Amino acid sequence: MTALAGAAASTLDLLQLAPPGWGGNLLRGLANSVLIAAGAFGLGLGLGTLGAFGKLYGGPVLRDLLAVYTTVVRAVPELVLILILYYAVTDSVNQILLAFGYERIQISGLAAGIAVLGVVQGAYATEVLRGAIQSVPVGQIEAARAMGMPPGLLARRVTLPLMLANALPGLANLWLIATKDTALLAVVGFAELTQQTRQAAGATKAYFTFFMAAGLLYLLLSILSTWGFARLERRARRGLPEVRG
Amino acid sequence: MPDPRDARETVTDMPGQAAPARDEAIRVEGLRKSFGRLEVLKGVSLTAREGDVVAVIGGSGSGKSTMLRCINFLEHPSAGRIVIGGETVAMKSDGSPADRRQIERIRQSLGMVFQQFNLWTHRTILENLIEVPVHVLGVPRAEAVARAEALLARVGLAEKAQSYPAFLSGGQQQRAAIARALCMAPRAMLFDEPTSALDPELVGEVLAVIRDLAAEGRTMVLVTHEMKFAREVASHVIYLHNGVIEEEGPPDALFGNPQSDRLKQFLKSVG
Ligand SMILES: Nc1ncnc2c1ncn2[C@@H]1O[C@H](COP(=O)(O)OP(=O)(O)O)[C@@H](O)[C@H]1O
Ligand SMILES: [Mg+2]
Repeated sequence: MTALAGAAASTLDLLQLAPPGWGGNLLRGLANSVLIAAGAFGLGLGLGTLGAFGKLYGGPVLRDLLAVYTTVVRAVPELVLILILYYAVTDSVNQILLAFGYERIQISGLAAGIAVLGVVQGAYATEVLRGAIQSVPVGQIEAARAMGMPPGLLARRVTLPLMLANALPGLANLWLIATKDTALLAVVGFAELTQQTRQAAGATKAYFTFFMAAGLLYLLLSILSTWGFARLERRARRGLPEVRG
Repeated sequence: MPDPRDARETVTDMPGQAAPARDEAIRVEGLRKSFGRLEVLKGVSLTAREGDVVAVIGGSGSGKSTMLRCINFLEHPSAGRIVIGGETVAMKSDGSPADRRQIERIRQSLGMVFQQFNLWTHRTILENLIEVPVHVLGVPRAEAVARAEALLARVGLAEKAQSYPAFLSGGQQQRAAIARALCMAPRAMLFDEPTSALDPELVGEVLAVIRDLAAEGRTMVLVTHEMKFAREVASHVIYLHNGVIEEEGPPDALFGNPQSDRLKQFLKSVG
């Protein structure tokens, strides 16, 4: 009984926010993970939008280049991509800097993480958005054109909302993947949640406690995200009858 | 601009005098259109004056939709001229509109009704009606809503203002689509087989709305397979075959006394 109480107390001590507890580190790690995931997701959306329009309406050269991009990124394991992109990008930036007589710089882990994961996300987002754009009913766009709606307004008020209804499930998936992929950045030493957890666990030998705590944080993030996306999707699908299997 | 209804009254009031020529609302001159190597329209001309109801009939694939879509440049003519309300649409050499502002303005003056209704599924019926008036034409919202509600009442959909299109029958959707086109106070209406996608029992309610519009002197070009209806409402009928006007004239002459063998055969096949 006392042993159990003692174990519970020491677990709580370990997870205290202020040192010597490691809870603060874990939460900072979580914040970093969310920041990277959000940045990467945003960058991925931007790249994906360009990629989707390029694939649908671009010239043959652009389409070939985009095909190479999406194929390569989706074929190579993400961990390998991260290592390649991270080291290759940091290295080439420094090569260029040295060549021009500047000092070697330390590239911020945050910027590199966002860039690397964003490029990966962009490849998947290209395919999600391309499918969503293709599934917008042409007739509804034509109705807007026939009423003299200018292209910008048409994209904003007709095409985009109709597209979103089809894109949101795929985008929600991508966001969840982004949050989990941030864990891969632990291999390049970035202080995100997994890396912080490993450090805490290594220092205290309380592996079970810390990895359970990290697991719960990831779960919480995922549950909140799923709830948020479900709300967005319900709003985007307003007006469409529910399809039940 | 003279009200077309005045012109009509003049005719009935003073039968002895020639009616003053009404303004041209739509003129199509020598319209040609090819898709790749397939020539779909081979030189088609038509004129709709204010208050005219021009019915276009013809077999499937004869080019009726293409002709109608060239009038508001949803398709780009390969050759020819489109004049709306006396204003020639400026075209580039490839047939695309040369001036985006001009074509947008002209499209706003032509209410198009599609076979598949094409209401925006993410907006309620009322939102569908006020979308262009509020966001494109800059009509104050309250004014646009009042006008939209009046038009919905007129097509018998007052209670459906807050519904989404997917929850309406085909006939209701098409009546809403007509009201949406009317919301822009267009100079003329373009109908592309407005009842062809409807179950037979829903055709009548849509035709009633169109009949009502014709009766108030609205200018329209109406592509239709409803021969009885065309004969009833049209002031002029055009029979299109393989991209050329095979025969045209007043409805009684065209339906009652067709000249060409093709038209005779067509009329026999449809009814
Ligand atoms: N976008 C297009 N691309 C290629 N061919 C087309 C296109 N639109 C129509 N056509 C062809 O043009 C011909 C006339 O079509 P359409 O104007 O729709 O006929 P209708 O409305 O009289 O049935 C048909 O042979 C059709 O296949
Ligand atoms: Mg057609």
